[in-house]
Amino acid sequence: MRTAKKLSQISKVLLPAVALSFVGVTVAQADKVKIGFVTTLSTPAAVIGNDMRDAVNLAVKHLGGKAGDVEFEVVFGDDEFNPQKGKQATERLIKQDKVDIMSGYIWSHVLLASSKTVLDAGKILISANAGPSPLAGKNCNKNFFNISWQNDQTPMAMGEVLNKKGVKSLYIMAPNYAAGKNMVAGVERTFKGEIVGKDMTKWPDQIDWSAEMSKAKAANPDGVFIFYPGKHGGAFMKQYAESGLGGKVPLYTVFTVDSIGLPKFQSANMEAVLGSTMTQFWAPDLDNAANKKFVDGFKAEYGKYPSFYAAQSYDAINYIASAIKAVGGDMSKTDDLRAALEAADFASVRGDFKMGPNHFPIQNFYSREVVKDADGVWTTSIRDVVLANHQDTYAAECNM
Amino acid sequence: MDWVLIAEQTLNGVQLGILLFLLAAGLTLTFGIMDFVNLAHGTMYMMGAFFGATVMLATKSYLLGIAAGVAGSMLLGCLVERVALRSLYERNHLDQVLATFGLILFFNELAQVIWPTDGLTVPFPTWLGGTVMLPLGIEYSKFRLAIIGAGLLVALGLWLLVTKTRLGMLIRAGASNRQMAGALGVNIPLLFTIVFGVGAGLAGLAGMLITPILGATAGMGEVIIIQTFVVIVIGGIGSVRGAFIAAIITGLIIGLGRSFLDVLLLTFLSPNAAESAGPALSSMLIYIFMAVVLFFKPQGLFPPKSG
Amino acid sequence: MKQLMSAKGIFAISVVLLCALVPLISAALDNTYWPGVFMRAMIWAIAAISLNLILGYGGMVSFGHALFLGVGGYAVGILAYYEIDSGWIHLFAVLGSCAIIGLIVGAVSLRTRGVYFIMITMALSQMMYYLIISIDEYGSDDGLVIYNRSDFGLSFFSLDNPNTLYYTIFFCMLGALWLCARIVGSRFGNVIRGAASNETRMQAMGFPTYRYRLTCFVISGLICGLAGMLSANVESFISPDALHWTKSGELIFMVVLGGMATLFGPVAGALVFWLLSEFLPQLPEINGFRLGEHWHLIFGPFLLLVIIFFRRGIASLFEREGARP
Repeated sequence: MRTAKKLSQISKVLLPAVALSFVGVTVAQADKVKIGFVTTLSTPAAVIGNDMRDAVNLAVKHLGGKAGDVEFEVVFGDDEFNPQKGKQATERLIKQDKVDIMSGYIWSHVLLASSKTVLDAGKILISANAGPSPLAGKNCNKNFFNISWQNDQTPMAMGEVLNKKGVKSLYIMAPNYAAGKNMVAGVERTFKGEIVGKDMTKWPDQIDWSAEMSKAKAANPDGVFIFYPGKHGGAFMKQYAESGLGGKVPLYTVFTVDSIGLPKFQSANMEAVLGSTMTQFWAPDLDNAANKKFVDGFKAEYGKYPSFYAAQSYDAINYIASAIKAVGGDMSKTDDLRAALEAADFASVRGDFKMGPNHFPIQNFYSREVVKDADGVWTTSIRDVVLANHQDTYAAECNM
Repeated sequence: MDWVLIAEQTLNGVQLGILLFLLAAGLTLTFGIMDFVNLAHGTMYMMGAFFGATVMLATKSYLLGIAAGVAGSMLLGCLVERVALRSLYERNHLDQVLATFGLILFFNELAQVIWPTDGLTVPFPTWLGGTVMLPLGIEYSKFRLAIIGAGLLVALGLWLLVTKTRLGMLIRAGASNRQMAGALGVNIPLLFTIVFGVGAGLAGLAGMLITPILGATAGMGEVIIIQTFVVIVIGGIGSVRGAFIAAIITGLIIGLGRSFLDVLLLTFLSPNAAESAGPALSSMLIYIFMAVVLFFKPQGLFPPKSG
Repeated sequence: MKQLMSAKGIFAISVVLLCALVPLISAALDNTYWPGVFMRAMIWAIAAISLNLILGYGGMVSFGHALFLGVGGYAVGILAYYEIDSGWIHLFAVLGSCAIIGLIVGAVSLRTRGVYFIMITMALSQMMYYLIISIDEYGSDDGLVIYNRSDFGLSFFSLDNPNTLYYTIFFCMLGALWLCARIVGSRFGNVIRGAASNETRMQAMGFPTYRYRLTCFVISGLICGLAGMLSANVESFISPDALHWTKSGELIFMVVLGGMATLFGPVAGALVFWLLSEFLPQLPEINGFRLGEHWHLIFGPFLLLVIIFFRRGIASLFEREGARP
């Protein structure tokens, strides 16, 4: 008897939980078009993911939740900064929430792990940040698009900037993961001087670069090139200033100094950051109507400058909305959807650009500088076009 | 070989070693005296960094920040010991590992809720900014040098505490034979709380010492706590002297390995393969070192009972 | 039969039945997500069963058991990288590599006792973690995408079919349970359990306990390696993260949560663990506070409370008061 009683107690707890899991799933609206968006919403890296989510919500607000006449909504998934969790979040969005199209993805390794799930399900995948080389080249796919850039392009622009500045010897530091390797490959491709040293550091564990900086100092280069996205960038910049390199050897960065880190640099009085140069496909003061609406809207809504991650996410939603509109909300017309995406007919915050044959943008890359705006807030400002209408080098390897 | 570079890398290694020692000292005492495995020791390091950074940002004073970091983590350590961990002393190591693992998850998340997701950044104190010229043309960060100095002072103070005071005598008695010490009338529960609090305070000190360099971020404790465990196992569980020597050796292995291993690897690997293998293999070196030490001295370098 | 009719038996049977029916239920509800969750849970259950063999019955607290999950996964991943897709070769490679590594790790670490055993198993698995990261060819930190699943060359059996994959894992789990029961009930199992409670006595009785324990350690590693192979086929992906020390910690927690040294405990523990990590992140937003994104706030204290108050795990719910093993 007692065992039976215990059993019923347990079943009271367990069964509803299991039942709920199945039922909770079926309560979903089917009339709206659904966009799945995977990004990092927990762990300290969520500082990037939150910025992207803010931009997505702003884009939805600016569109009034409608692509043409078709209502749409965005469902978010959290990758917990981990490829396996990212893949699970992707599976949940596709198989349970039944989204019609997938977007998001900050990290190259999360995207690589998740892309098979999306493409096997016959859905279209639009990366809002990560652009690893395999997906641009030999493993390109007709249903994969990228709305940001291929990893190599921005550092290639930086290589050109270095040549122009007369840098003859360069020391490189980057994290040892897919994007880090691509960044290094990019700068090595265009930089004409000598590379006197290179360190690939453990990602994301390593946050103290004392040994590497000592090596860089001993190598005595004309410049140091780094790629440290997110919170790592801030830690690196501070240590650089204190290592005896700051003020002596100029630091050239990609994807490291942005509106996510700048408020922190400013509050820590790191004046050395002012005037530092980077390359990027976009800047908050890039002059076009769409960008003005985006930046003003973002500042009004969230009280801060948008990061480039935010700009890409805002573009991603507008981009997808343009395709939804083109097919009149019938997301089963994959071929028409793809054609609309290839046409890329929407008002991008970066101004005019084309979608290349490997589904990566052909666009301008600019040099940017850290400046104080009219209110004394640190931000980045556009300088010159470094690479005009640039196509990534892997496009030639792509055979769709 | 570039002797200036080697000297500089040695300093980097020593600085890391000092940090590891501050963490290892508390861990080896709680482990040695209470036979308690505390994975959440790294959490005290993190919370010390956050408490300190908060106060420093409010008051603009680094020294007040350090005081807040030490006091805050010490209080938190005593609180956690009284509320949660006390009931686990009689349990086996497995239970202790799991329970304190739960604490790590909780505090990491709590830090992200209370403070900004990506943590706090504090400026370098102006009086410790920039570099200093040492003899032989070595230019080194003033701040890192200060960490080494502060750590050595604490080590000296700890040595005096353990060898010259009554509390130190009790600690040594507890480390070598807990039952006997208890039977001789030592107030064991109070001793435990004190030792735990001191250990947490030292971890908090380490956290706030390094915060101007690394910033305070959730999860900063996990990376360093495993290295700290390696240190105390190498040093001999319960031995502060062993922890000091093992910490410096470990710091040097990591620091020098990271700087020179890829040069060595270049002799038989391609540059790209060597670049990515170097840092990973230097992380492996400390585990190899630990396995070798345990093979020859299963109780670590300085088992407390022998001195 | 008597055993099966006990509360414990009924609970076990209902859990197994639930696992068996998940694909059918989810097909009826037009939701193909849940089989994925249960597949992962069952794979971890297999790993937990294998850990329970040494930890629960054998008293060997390995804090590096995820090592075998990773080795099993990488054996498949590396072969697939060279476009060797034969499932038989995969299976051979998985068992072979796990046997060799199990022998080495076991031989070294079983010479130590207590907390040194915990530390050295963790250290050895961390070594493998860093070794894999250091090999650029196999993706280092990024891991490997596995483009083709293990192919056993049988027309009626393809792991690309979701249902075949699901029931392969399901029967592997049943097989692991059966094997574990057989081992524990055998004379070999008695020696292992005896050595856990009093090794000196077993040695005095003339058993070479070291060799017995080493054999048990290797068997456990083989079963766990198989779980790694299944995982690689489910995820189509393997990364060094699979053998990080936190994964070993999670495995131990599953065993403790379910009930150490009980046959079915690890399965229950793994299922509850997976369902929790599935549901907690879905918790709603309360007053603008996204509880779901901070689910560790609940999970951490849960872990602590389980250890303090629920030490004997889910299995203890089904024992009559006073009857302790």
